[in-house]
Amino acid sequence: MLRLRDLSFRYKIPLRGIVLALITAILVTTALLKQEYDDLRQDLITTSGHLARVLANTLVTPLVHDDVWRAFEIINSPFAAGSRENSPQTAELIMILDANRRVYLATDPKQYPMLSDPGRGNLDFYELWQAVEQLREFETRVVELPGSAKLYVVTPIVADGIGLGTLVIEYSKSAFLPRFFGIAKGAALAMLAALAILLPASWYWAQRFARPLTELATTMGRIGATIPDATEVKLYESRDEIGQLGAAFKAMLMGLRHKEALEKEVVYSERLAAIGRLSAGIAHEINNPLGGMLNAISTYRRHGSEDPLVGTTLSLLERGLMQIKDTVAALLVEAKVESHPLTRQDIEDTHTLVAPDGHRKSARFTWDNDVVETLPLPSTLVRQVLINLMLNAVQAIEPGGHVACHVYRDSSALHVVVSNNGSHILPERMDHLFEPFAPGRDAGHGLGLWVTYQIVSQLGGEISVDSAPDETRFAVVLPMPEQAA
Amino acid sequence: MLRRNFLLGAAAAALAGRAAGAPDNHAKDAVRIGLSPVFLDDQLAFLTSWRVYLQEHLERPIQLVQRRSYREIIDLLLAQKLEFAWICGYPFVKNRSELQLVAVPLSSGRPTYHSYLVVPAADRETRSILDLRGRVFAFSDPDSNSGFLYPNYALLQFAERPDVFFSKTFFTWGHRNTVEAIAAGLAHGGAVDSYVWDTLKLLRPQLTAQTRVAAISPAFGHTPFVARRDIVRGEWAALQQVLIGMRESRDGTMLLSKLNLDGFVPGSDALYEGIARMALAVRGIPLNAPAT
Repeated sequence: MLRLRDLSFRYKIPLRGIVLALITAILVTTALLKQEYDDLRQDLITTSGHLARVLANTLVTPLVHDDVWRAFEIINSPFAAGSRENSPQTAELIMILDANRRVYLATDPKQYPMLSDPGRGNLDFYELWQAVEQLREFETRVVELPGSAKLYVVTPIVADGIGLGTLVIEYSKSAFLPRFFGIAKGAALAMLAALAILLPASWYWAQRFARPLTELATTMGRIGATIPDATEVKLYESRDEIGQLGAAFKAMLMGLRHKEALEKEVVYSERLAAIGRLSAGIAHEINNPLGGMLNAISTYRRHGSEDPLVGTTLSLLERGLMQIKDTVAALLVEAKVESHPLTRQDIEDTHTLVAPDGHRKSARFTWDNDVVETLPLPSTLVRQVLINLMLNAVQAIEPGGHVACHVYRDSSALHVVVSNNGSHILPERMDHLFEPFAPGRDAGHGLGLWVTYQIVSQLGGEISVDSAPDETRFAVVLPMPEQAA
Repeated sequence: MLRRNFLLGAAAAALAGRAAGAPDNHAKDAVRIGLSPVFLDDQLAFLTSWRVYLQEHLERPIQLVQRRSYREIIDLLLAQKLEFAWICGYPFVKNRSELQLVAVPLSSGRPTYHSYLVVPAADRETRSILDLRGRVFAFSDPDSNSGFLYPNYALLQFAERPDVFFSKTFFTWGHRNTVEAIAAGLAHGGAVDSYVWDTLKLLRPQLTAQTRVAAISPAFGHTPFVARRDIVRGEWAALQQVLIGMRESRDGTMLLSKLNLDGFVPGSDALYEGIARMALAVRGIPLNAPAT
C-alpha cells in the first residue's frame, strides 16, 4: 500500500502547496462570510427598523377603525411591492398583535388565525415576550433568540400614548444562505483560479527541488556493484543543503574509489609477494643440487678420463645446468648483493649500455640525469632497474620512437621515470604486468619487469605504471636508507 | 395575488385622481357615471375602452368615477355630483325616492344574481352560514346586498346576530377582496356576489380554486344602473339605449364579454322586492358595521 510519506517529493510538494492554498482560502472565506453575516444583520436591522416604524404609523388608523382588510393590505404591502423572492431583506411574516398579545392579523393567517395565541403557531413567541417585556413606547427592538433560525423586529403601535398593539416582523436567517452560497461560490472560483496558477508553479518548484534528490537517490542506489563516477551526479552548485549534500556525496564517491584502488593494489602486491616467496623457495631448492651437479662435472673434468664423447656430453650437461642456473638466478633476486654506493657515473653507464639497442631501432633518447652526488643505494641493483626499464621502453617503441629517462632525487628518495611513446599496455595485461611468465607478451619471458619489481620491493620502494595510447610511463621511487638521508 | 391587487389598486387611485378624480363640475355636458365594486372595477384598460364606447354612442363626454365603498358613490350621487351610477340593489331600495332604474345587467340570460357563501377550499364541512359559528367572517360592504344584507338576513331567520354569532367580522370593501381574504385564510367564510365570483372563476381560476361555494342564496335583482330622480327622461333613456344596444354591436359584445355579462335590459323595480323585504326585516337591528 502506498502511504503518503512514501510519495515522491515530486508529488508531495504540490500536494502540500494545494493543502496550504485550500486552508488559506477556507480561512479567508470564513472571515468573509462572518463579515457578510454581520453586514447583512446590520442592514436588516436598519431597513427592518425603518419598515417597522413606517408600518406601525400607517397601521394606527386601520387599527383604531378596526378596518381589518385595510390593515391586511398594509402589512402585505412589503410583499406586494417586491416579490417573495428569497432576499435576506424580505420579511417572512408580518404580524399585528392586539393589546392582549393575541393575533390581530398576520400575513400568514392560516398559521396565525385571528384572535389566536401566536405562541401556538410558534413557540419562539413565549421567549419573545420575555425579551421585549420592557418595550418602551416607539422603541423598535431586534430580537435574536438563541437557537432560533428567525430574527424578530418588534415595534409597539401607539396612538396618542395609547398602545394599540404590537407589530412583529419575522425574518429568516436561512434567507442569508443564498447570499452565503454566492460568496462561497465566488471564493471557490477564485480558489480554482489561484490553483490554476499555483499548481503548475508548485509542480515546477517541486520538480526543481526533487530532481537533485531523485538523482542522488538513483546514483546512491547504484553504489555496490560499481562505484558511479562523480561526474554522473548532476547537482547544481550551491551552498544550500542540497548543494552541501551533493558535495559530500561526491567526496564520498571519491573516497570509495580511492579505497577500492588501494585494496586492489594491496591484493596485487600480496600476490606478487607470494609469487616472490614461492620462486625464491624453488630457486634455493634448485640451487643446492644444481651447485652439486656443476661441482661434479668440474671434478670429473679435472680428474676423469679423456673420452671425447664424455667430454661432449658433459659440456652439453653443463650448458643446460648453467642455463637453469641463470634462470633461477634471475628469479632469485638477491638484494643483499654487496655493491658500492650509487654514483652519477653509474647512471650514465646505463645510458651507454642501452644506446646500441636504441640505435638499432633509431630511437630518440631524452636523457636527463639530475643526480650529482653519490647516493647510499646499491648501484648494481639501481643500474639493473634502469637498464631493465630502458630496454623495455626501447622494445615497446616503433622504429624512430621516443624514449625518455629522467633520474632525480628529492630529500627522501631517488626517482626514476622512464617513458616511451610506443604501443600502450592494454588494461587486461596491466593486471599481471609484473608477474613472471605472464601471458600476453609479444617477446621475452617477462622476467625483466618481475626482477625490477622484486628489486624495488626489496629496496622498500614503489613502482607504478601509467599507460595511455601515446605514452607509457614507469615511475620508480626508491627511498634513501635512514642513516644517509 | 396580493401584489397584483395592490398594484391595480394603486393605479386605480392614480387614475381616479387624474381622469375621474373629483367629479368635475366644470366639464360642461360631461356625463358622470359612478362605478362601485359590484363588478371587477380594477380592469383599467377595459374601463378606458368602455368609456370610449359610451362616449361615442352617447355622443357626450363621459367621466367614470370610482370609489372605495358603495357609500361614497351613493353620497356623490345624492349630492348631485354624479348623474348615474352602477350600484347594488340594497342602496337602490334604501334610496328609492332619490333614484330611478336605468338598466339591469343580464348574467346567464337572467337579470338576477345570488349571494354565495364562500369558504376556504380546505373546509369540506360547511354547508350553511350556521356552520360558521365562532369563526371569522368577511363582509364585502355594508351597502352590499349579497355581501352584507343577505347574510345578516339569513342569520336573522335563526334569531342570530352577526356580532355575537361570529368571533370576528370585517369589511373588505369589495367582493374580490372577500374572496382573497378567504383564500388567504384570513376569514373562515364570507358572502360574495355570485356574478363577481363566477367572473373571477373565469379570470383568476387559481384564486377561486382556493375557495369553495358552500351555499347559494335565492335570486335577487342584479346590480342596477341607476340615475338620479332629477335626471330628465331624455337623458337617462339615452344612456339606457346605449347600454341595451351594447349587445347589438361588435364592440359592445366584446366589452360585455369582458364584463362576463350577456347584456343590459331595462328591468323593473319589481326585481328588487326581495331585497326591499330583507332591508325592512333587518332595519333596527345593530349590524356591527365598523365606523369608516
